[in-house]
Amino acid sequence: MSQANTLAAPDYFSLFELPRHLNLDPSALEKTFYAKSRRLHPDRFAARPLAEQEAALAASSQLNDAYRTLKDPIARTEYLLSLEGVQMDEQSRAATDAAKAAGTAKKQVAPPDLLEEAFELNMQLEEMRMAKKMGEDDPATRTELEGARERFTAMLHELEDKLHALWNDWDTHTEAGEEAAKTSTRDAMVALLNRRSYARNLVRDVNEALD
Amino acid sequence: MAENTQHRVVGIDLGTTNSLVAIMQGGVPVVIPGEDGSPIVPSVVAFDQETHAGFAVGNAAREVLLTAPGNAVYSVKRLMGRDLADVEPELKLFPFKLADGLQPGEVLKLNIGGLTLTPPEVSAYVLLQLKKNAERFLGGPVTKAVITVPAYFNDAQRQATKDAGRIAGLDVLRLVNEPTAAALAYGLDKNADGSAREGIIAVYDFGGGTFDISILKLHEGIFEVISTGGDTHLGGDDIDNLLLAVAIDDIRGDLGVDITQDPAAMQALRKVVIEAKIELSAADSARLAVELQGGRLYAREITRAQFEGLIASVIERTAAPVRQALKDADLSPEQIDEVVMVGGSTRVPAVRTLVSQLFGLEARGKKLHTELNPDEVVALGAAVQAQILSGTEHAVTNDLLLLDVTPLSLGIEALGGVVAKIIQRNSTIPASATEHFTTGVDGQTTVAIHVLQGERELAKDCRSLARFDLKGIPPMVAGLPRIEVKFLIDANGILHVSAREQRSGQQAQVEVKPTYGLTDEQVETMILDSFDNAESDIEARLVIEARNEANTILEATRKARQQPVWQQLTADEHDAINAALTSVEASLKSEDHKVIRNTIAQLDQHTRRLAELMMDSAVSGALGGKKMATADEGLGGEIGAPTTAPHAFAPAQISESEDSSPADVLQAAENDPETPAESTED
Repeated sequence: MSQANTLAAPDYFSLFELPRHLNLDPSALEKTFYAKSRRLHPDRFAARPLAEQEAALAASSQLNDAYRTLKDPIARTEYLLSLEGVQMDEQSRAATDAAKAAGTAKKQVAPPDLLEEAFELNMQLEEMRMAKKMGEDDPATRTELEGARERFTAMLHELEDKLHALWNDWDTHTEAGEEAAKTSTRDAMVALLNRRSYARNLVRDVNEALD
Repeated sequence: MAENTQHRVVGIDLGTTNSLVAIMQGGVPVVIPGEDGSPIVPSVVAFDQETHAGFAVGNAAREVLLTAPGNAVYSVKRLMGRDLADVEPELKLFPFKLADGLQPGEVLKLNIGGLTLTPPEVSAYVLLQLKKNAERFLGGPVTKAVITVPAYFNDAQRQATKDAGRIAGLDVLRLVNEPTAAALAYGLDKNADGSAREGIIAVYDFGGGTFDISILKLHEGIFEVISTGGDTHLGGDDIDNLLLAVAIDDIRGDLGVDITQDPAAMQALRKVVIEAKIELSAADSARLAVELQGGRLYAREITRAQFEGLIASVIERTAAPVRQALKDADLSPEQIDEVVMVGGSTRVPAVRTLVSQLFGLEARGKKLHTELNPDEVVALGAAVQAQILSGTEHAVTNDLLLLDVTPLSLGIEALGGVVAKIIQRNSTIPASATEHFTTGVDGQTTVAIHVLQGERELAKDCRSLARFDLKGIPPMVAGLPRIEVKFLIDANGILHVSAREQRSGQQAQVEVKPTYGLTDEQVETMILDSFDNAESDIEARLVIEARNEANTILEATRKARQQPVWQQLTADEHDAINAALTSVEASLKSEDHKVIRNTIAQLDQHTRRLAELMMDSAVSGALGGKKMATADEGLGGEIGAPTTAPHAFAPAQISESEDSSPADVLQAAENDPETPAESTED
């Protein structure tokens, strides 16, 4: 296989001929994706020389990777932040896996205002797991956990709304070329994604315990 | 349009039970018939020295299955790309005879009629037959093909299929997922008036050995798979095995006969069971009737209701992947516009009922798509894709494009045996991911990487795809090297890996060793010339294998002559063994495997007492003994893994041929003249 030169690869936004904006029209994105797929997909080159086939493979995998990233709102935001030089370590899957591997809790910075509730929730989760292990149900804890699930799920929705507001800010500042405002929006998005990731993990844990 | 033979690409459905080849003719896909007029080639291969070419494929091989079961093999697709440990459950249900001394992680090898073959080689014989049928039909050589695979096939299974194509002398332009091919065959992208149709379709593909569900979005000729799921070991075979288990239990309980010890009787019973299953799709009841050894007859009536009760658990297993695929696509059942039914098992009415319910079709006034023959639809779709890939311009296929996905997440093993996912399942392929690795020790020059496929958290629960070492890393302080590894899943769903050390700009050597699979070099040595040359090919292999066996027994005998027990034999016995030994030695020069086998058999016979003596004296010699002890194992095996078959049935009728008329028992079976029990009339 030919060596793909990732350094020279265009970023996903330019690949789709899009400005580095966070609001985008999903149906327009899809339309571009289909049009480019028709041109680049390896099926179009199956009867061509090997070099062309390999080029098509490289180009279409890049197109698919880009589309996958851009169409998902969170992946898109994280990708843009990475282009802006932010290491999304706290949120990343890699960090979760590394923590799991080391057998330690993921060193995720808990948002201070959530600390107390998260601590309590973890106690309840532990109780629920113990009860499950014994093959029993714990109706009181179950009710409390269900309440917590509702609260954190609502928080996730709220965070998504806030993220959309930040997208608007980002796009406006980018249009206007306001670098300082961009930086503060960027930092706000990093904090928000961190908080979201924390809330999402809690919801996931609660779901697992309640299953 | 000039149908240039250079551009001819055929579409092949390489199925668990049946295989077909198809091609586009004037904008319409057609299945290609074999010499017997039928397009369906049963995926059965026999290596029987009695058959004139030394091997047989399809219906001819099915005959061998009944007369000499050890010389034929079926459902080999279940073994493609799999490891010894994976196939343990299969061995209980299928009479696969594995070669001796297989090591875990080694490519599986089967013993069939004195030959040792890997699953891709067996599949290659099926492909050779299809290739021959296509060449006969088209009147020219066929060298390029699209081959379909279950959507849920993993990397190893796909690679094994591609290898089978190469061994059969085919340039495999693409592996296409079976449900996707079926969607293409149905042409759901167009309305009756020819205008483009948009919509979401589900393809439910329940075949002989595999189950797939794919959800696709149609848009102006683009078939975009959104999600896929399935079970590569769930199919009509499982239904057959349930019915078989009932019959085996009956026969054991009422007659005290363990039919599983009689491979030929097992195959006859299996045939009867399959016929009854097929009958039950149309009739309210069917009769199992088979003649056992000694002229005794076994017969039982099975009603549709009993049948449905029996198989409910099997068909219900398809529901979970369907729900998961909907969830992955973020769709509710009501959002599915059309449901396409593929695979022979979708003829079972209970399956159709289940699928209608899963998608709430009735309430929405919709019907399942069952218009096309479920046995042919995959091959027809493969032919359409074959034309797309051939590069020939054609109005029918110019606007068509398949965008498929990878069915399983790709990951690498991190510290502590945890899998770090790098490409999520249902990602559109081709797809890639780039990961960076470094060293943990000063001066370290290699880094080991383990690639896996699957959804589980721990490496031990996922399918190991490959282990490889990044070699040639320049010695540096620990943590300084930065090795970029690119993982790329191509349009066939097959993984490719490349790596580079970035600090030095050095290309790290990557030698990807598949965990389960053939190396390119191995495949190279297996390539079969053509159907016609396959005969001499098999002859050559038989000679080699016979020589190997001769050498083994020669060595064992020579060693035995040094043992004290040798002195317990008479002078005549010594002479006989020595003479037989000399003829084995002489036969090694022969190019006829039968000559070699004959001398081996003689030596085997003359050394039998010697072998017994050696075993008695607890000398663990390798002579003969092992061969004798294992000779009858494996065939038939312990069929009936679900040993406690649901028994809601009326008792079976067992009749002794002396005291009751076989005709009475078999009367109900007369609507099926092929029932082997007919042989009682002889």
